[in-house]
Amino acid sequence: MCLAVPGKVVAIDDGADPLTGLIDFGGVQKQACLEYVPDVRVGEYVIVHVGFALQRLDEESALASLKLFEELGLLEEEFGDAWEQAAKEAGTA
Amino acid sequence: MVDPAAWTCPAPLRDQGVVVMGHGGGGALSAELMEQVFTPAYGNATLAGLADSAVLELGGARLAFSTDSYVVRPLFFPGGSLGDLAVNGTVNDLAMSGARPAYLSAAFVLEEGVELTVVERIARSMGAAAEAAGVTIATGDTKVVESGHGDGVYVTTAGVGLVPDGVDIRPQRARPGDAVIVSGPIGLHGVAIMSVREGLEFGVEVASDTAPLADLVAAMLAVTSDIHVLRDPTRGGLAASLNEIARASGTGVRLQERAIPVPDAVANACGFLGLDPLYVANEGRLVAFVPPSAADEVLAAMRDHPQGSGATLIGECVADHPGMVVAATSLGGTRVVDLPLGEQLPRIC
Amino acid sequence: MKYIDEFNDPDLARRLLDEIRATATWPWALMEVCGGQTHSIIRHGIDQLLPEQVELIHGPGCPVCVTPLEVIDKALEIASRPGVIFCSFGDMLRVPGTGRDLFRVKGEGGDVRVVYSPLDALELARRHPDREVVFFAIGFETTAPANAMAVHQARRLGLNNFSLLVSHVRVPPAVEAIMTAPACRVQGFLAAGHVCSVMGTAEYPELTERFGVPMVVTGFEPLDILEGIRRAVRQLERGEHRVENAYPRAVREEGNPAAVRMIEEVFEVTDRSWRGIGRIPASGWRLRDAFRAYDAEHRFDVTGIRTEEPAECRSGEVLQGLIKPTECAAFGTTCTPRTPLGATMVSSEGACAAYYLYRRMNAPAPQAGRATQEGVTPVA
Repeated sequence: MCLAVPGKVVAIDDGADPLTGLIDFGGVQKQACLEYVPDVRVGEYVIVHVGFALQRLDEESALASLKLFEELGLLEEEFGDAWEQAAKEAGTA
Repeated sequence: MVDPAAWTCPAPLRDQGVVVMGHGGGGALSAELMEQVFTPAYGNATLAGLADSAVLELGGARLAFSTDSYVVRPLFFPGGSLGDLAVNGTVNDLAMSGARPAYLSAAFVLEEGVELTVVERIARSMGAAAEAAGVTIATGDTKVVESGHGDGVYVTTAGVGLVPDGVDIRPQRARPGDAVIVSGPIGLHGVAIMSVREGLEFGVEVASDTAPLADLVAAMLAVTSDIHVLRDPTRGGLAASLNEIARASGTGVRLQERAIPVPDAVANACGFLGLDPLYVANEGRLVAFVPPSAADEVLAAMRDHPQGSGATLIGECVADHPGMVVAATSLGGTRVVDLPLGEQLPRIC
Repeated sequence: MKYIDEFNDPDLARRLLDEIRATATWPWALMEVCGGQTHSIIRHGIDQLLPEQVELIHGPGCPVCVTPLEVIDKALEIASRPGVIFCSFGDMLRVPGTGRDLFRVKGEGGDVRVVYSPLDALELARRHPDREVVFFAIGFETTAPANAMAVHQARRLGLNNFSLLVSHVRVPPAVEAIMTAPACRVQGFLAAGHVCSVMGTAEYPELTERFGVPMVVTGFEPLDILEGIRRAVRQLERGEHRVENAYPRAVREEGNPAAVRMIEEVFEVTDRSWRGIGRIPASGWRLRDAFRAYDAEHRFDVTGIRTEEPAECRSGEVLQGLIKPTECAAFGTTCTPRTPLGATMVSSEGACAAYYLYRRMNAPAPQAGRATQEGVTPVA
């Protein structure tokens, strides 16, 4: 369900109907419909499925996820007790 | 060698009844067409070798002989044209037997109404490619079909070359322990073609890798004449070539996925189309099965050659899971890299 | 590629795996709903890296696979008609209907084209006013906004030669059907991230409450999937059941309201059959009456086509984790990846297809002289 991939908005064609932009998928560029993310700006990342940007990607959330994964390992290395760690996380999840 | 009565394929060709595009895709459907229609009809041991080119004894010489038809659309694409493919493809098929390609034939099927300048451009690119590959286009033929009965231009080339003494390269010779080497980054040709195909167009700075490989093969054979298998992973990509080798030799292939050279643009194009780079076509790459004792030296010789500068060890031939290709994923899991069924299709799911 | 590479990091994957291993003290059966997640799991070998206690059941979330035989037969009929350009996502072409697939129709002269987006089909309709352009509108909630936009635009532009063959499906009713099946083994769900990018998560708390199962909204890269599993297992070990969002970079609680509005403008909820599972109430969308003119079933009068699913296929039970694929009599005999009977064999990521492939890996060596043949005789 659905192969959707992140891409960076590199240009927006305000005159197009429906609203269209050029998305860069790491060196691969393709037009996508931006009607569902109408206030997206050039430089932002969106998630694209069958030629439609469905949602903006939130950088802060992405970084927070990665930080959490890194801390998982560190905590475990420090305390060596997953139960203790799970209990800690309970407050933050 | 193949007994149709003992055929155990779960889906015999008779279920299809008509030719579908997948029969030309270089995957399982192509193999079935070969094994169920052509091999039984022609019935001889040479054909049953199922290599890229046949090696024949003729007048005391060992001759490699191969033919291929080229039906690419569009005719011109980033990095080359139908003409380049028609020459390099057949040159490479000969080289995959270890032969030094010498002569090619070229047969054109032209569609009524095609501009002569198009034919001329293709012919010129064939001339240039032949010169670069060191082969002579010695004979040819032209036919014209009515408008609407062809895609502009189809070209069929055949080629011959001499196989040096002591060289015996064919898929059946893969042995457990062999090093599996690919000559450079994969997927460039397929992605370049897809990027200009009607209905799929996307922008990417990728050019086809179409190139002649005979000289690279000669450099490898200068290290050791005991190269076991060579294959150019065209249609069906690396996955199809490796599966064919595994099945022909009754060995398994174990790949280290992380080691396989996939350019970022290829990986990302495959990402948004839902394709796997291992299944994408190449036109200027080869995969080699080399005895472990010679692997380092062969790899070094390849890297010294312009067509092999990106050569990489990607895995090994194993006795386990005969007939199958298995990849160790970068996460440390494994996955089966199966023979593709037919054409690669963009997927949504 | 940003947002992909970081979420493929092998070191972090190991940490997540260690964490899952340390957390799981009981055997748990989780279902990943989405076919894209199944693909990622198989592609990266994640299923083999998980501790034994954590079992993944591959859910019915591949829109291609669950499209019922009857709709595919309708597609084959429409695509065979002269004057029609039949457009489809690529992976739909290979899915067999009764006796043939869209590839075969193309081979017999039908104008069947693969498009990347429904807007490409719309463009074809604009360029070929003398032809009937039909788009095979399959998909879950993720694809619905795109297909809805195509119809919306067709009406705005007055493109009367454009229509949709609709077979849209929705996730929540499928979850309900799975949970209410007798002997259901699923204890927690990895909810489909991109469905939630569109729909948000408002539909799920009721399901977690009613069935007492955790639902963790999960992404598609290896770290996303491991994080989804980790959170689901953690909830189960603690006796909790709630909706968690493990894919916050692409999923907001409210989803994408503009996309949902477009879906609601064009589609209305309807019952739908799922290949291998059967009829699920309110599990799909169809075009609203206002858009009936764009409904290919009516335009080409194929509403009368009725096809029964093969009775011998037990993919419904496989999908619910009730039986292993090898327990089905058809497995590897009448049902193979080349001649699939049901959803789970159609897709290379389906549970049956995956089993088929992996069993071959462990099969004995082929006999001499048979090595070039496809497959190994089933030993069922």
